Amino acid sequence: MNLSKKSLMHMYETMIRIRLFELKLQEFFAAGEIPGFVHLYLGEEAVATGACTALTDSDKITSTHRGHGHLLAKGGDLKLMMAEIFGRQTGYCKGKGGSMHIADMDLGILGANGIVGGGGPLSVGAALAAKYQKTDDVAMCFFGDGASNQGTTQEALNMASAWKLPLVFVNENNGYGISCPQCKSMAVVDIADRAAAYDMPGVVVDGNDVLAVHEAVVEAVKRARKGEGPSLIECKTYRWRGHFEGDACTYRCVEELEEWKGKDPIPRFEAKLIESNTLTKAEAEETWKRIEKDVDEAVEFAKSSPMPSTSALMDDVYA
Amino acid sequence: MSEKTYLQALNEALRQEMESDEKVFILGEDVGQFGGCFGVTQGLFAEFGEERVMDTPITESTIVGAAAGAAACGLRPVAELMFVDFIGVAFDQLFNQAAKMRFMFGGKATVPMTLRMPQGAGIGAAAQHSQSLESWFMNIPGLKVVIPSTPHDAKGLLISAIRDDNPVVFLEHKLLYGATGEVPDESYSIELGKADVKREGSDVTIVAYSQMLYSALEAAEQLKADGINAEVVDPRCLLPLDKDTIIDSVKKTHKLVVAHEAVTFAGAGAEIAAIIADEAIEYIDAPIKRVGAPFCPVPFSPPLEQFYIPGAGQIIEAVKSIC
Repeated sequence: MNLSKKSLMHMYETMIRIRLFELKLQEFFAAGEIPGFVHLYLGEEAVATGACTALTDSDKITSTHRGHGHLLAKGGDLKLMMAEIFGRQTGYCKGKGGSMHIADMDLGILGANGIVGGGGPLSVGAALAAKYQKTDDVAMCFFGDGASNQGTTQEALNMASAWKLPLVFVNENNGYGISCPQCKSMAVVDIADRAAAYDMPGVVVDGNDVLAVHEAVVEAVKRARKGEGPSLIECKTYRWRGHFEGDACTYRCVEELEEWKGKDPIPRFEAKLIESNTLTKAEAEETWKRIEKDVDEAVEFAKSSPMPSTSALMDDVYA
Repeated sequence: MSEKTYLQALNEALRQEMESDEKVFILGEDVGQFGGCFGVTQGLFAEFGEERVMDTPITESTIVGAAAGAAACGLRPVAELMFVDFIGVAFDQLFNQAAKMRFMFGGKATVPMTLRMPQGAGIGAAAQHSQSLESWFMNIPGLKVVIPSTPHDAKGLLISAIRDDNPVVFLEHKLLYGATGEVPDESYSIELGKADVKREGSDVTIVAYSQMLYSALEAAEQLKADGINAEVVDPRCLLPLDKDTIIDSVKKTHKLVVAHEAVTFAGAGAEIAAIIADEAIEYIDAPIKRVGAPFCPVPFSPPLEQFYIPGAGQIIEAVKSIC
């Protein structure tokens, strides 16, 4: 693919932003400063980045419980996200949603989702709205290997295909549905094979190669915009952390984790950029530092923000 | 103004809202050429085409979820499930997604969808096609629950439901589709959350809705012979519930019977009785009585089903036990 330096740098920075955001959350969760559950996206940065950089602001996404990466890649604001995860009034959802329910309708983010498979039907609705209103928008449904077994996901794939909706299904296959390995939860090796049942393209890509993800998704988005219907892109990847922070991960071996860490999507892409003279080592260093500062500022913003007032509890139950 | 059936009133509400707002569309199983399982959408496919009257696969989760997603993206979908009993397979999309999006997202999403579902027993449809499940939805913050009993209310309330910016569960009783009444030809709306006193009286308040309203009115007529003048209040909406109208009536009559076709235990009647106990007990002169179905699934065989469905007889009995 022929991508501009600007696009390549945007991808690079997005992956670093997700990485540093998640590392910071890991740190503060361990310190007991973050309430509730946190599901980190570490190791999977190339999927959200490669996929969302194929979209425009008005395109819609539905996300998952492991949604921070998708939201940041779609343009989510570091400060508003961090404040929400810290449960602050200044957060995206005024502290009412938390990590699993961040949304930004202005950026086309229809929400992370605490229900595995919850986003499929909603993404059908978003794609249906685009088709109905004859906009040029597409919808994108992120879902994991676990969600691929849910009836809702199969229903959504079917309806999207039957109605030729402008929808791209991006499967993030990290090999485990919580603790259950893929081989125990499904007979297929490639989730993309399921696309054949709905007469849509099913493509397997290296989910740790941002350009491979991007290329496949761009094709799918093109097809969707042309009115040719949905596609299913399976991105094979791995989560470095447990299902949630605090998960002892007894169901995986260290060797497996180390092997996948060797396929870390960020240094792989960084090396490519340096090799092609798109990026210098000094620029790389500066980028990491700059984004680290942005993330620190987001933490500062979150921590200095007030907790929600209990008087706001009943707000927004109804429109 | 002319006499119309409940079904025609609903059909007219859908047609008029679709005519006045292009954002309104219908989706559901067999709602197109077939006209809907009970015929509520008849003629709309011919008039508005498949782009606005969409036949879906038999996948209730995605019917409800697609409505929620499209609503969050600016449309006003009216989804139909053939029977309320099918909400079980779609429940997550209703209560975890549609109902909560606005709150979870800090007020940044609006989900103006209507979910129409026929309910109720009386046609021999047995345990999975006959239930009255309104109390399930009453327990979900973020939803509105509308349950009309007359053709006039059905039209005005459906128009309001479609125009409402929240997810609205609209429960129709399948035995009422043929009920007739005066219905204005023009479009009109009835505010959601306003009860209607369907019969004025002074001796006892009977709160009843949907099909049971007719049993309550019949009971009230028969009770005249015993010198009992019953007031019949139709809440029309269960969420929000018009507590004031019920409390005002109880202040006048000092006695309360709540009647519905759903099982008595943990039904809407339990909530209404509890509200009176909490907020107006000093006006009550006798125990609050509830009339509802026995705590068993809806049976199939006609004599069993008829025995199961509560009617005027039980309401009269309940009233007489406290008057």
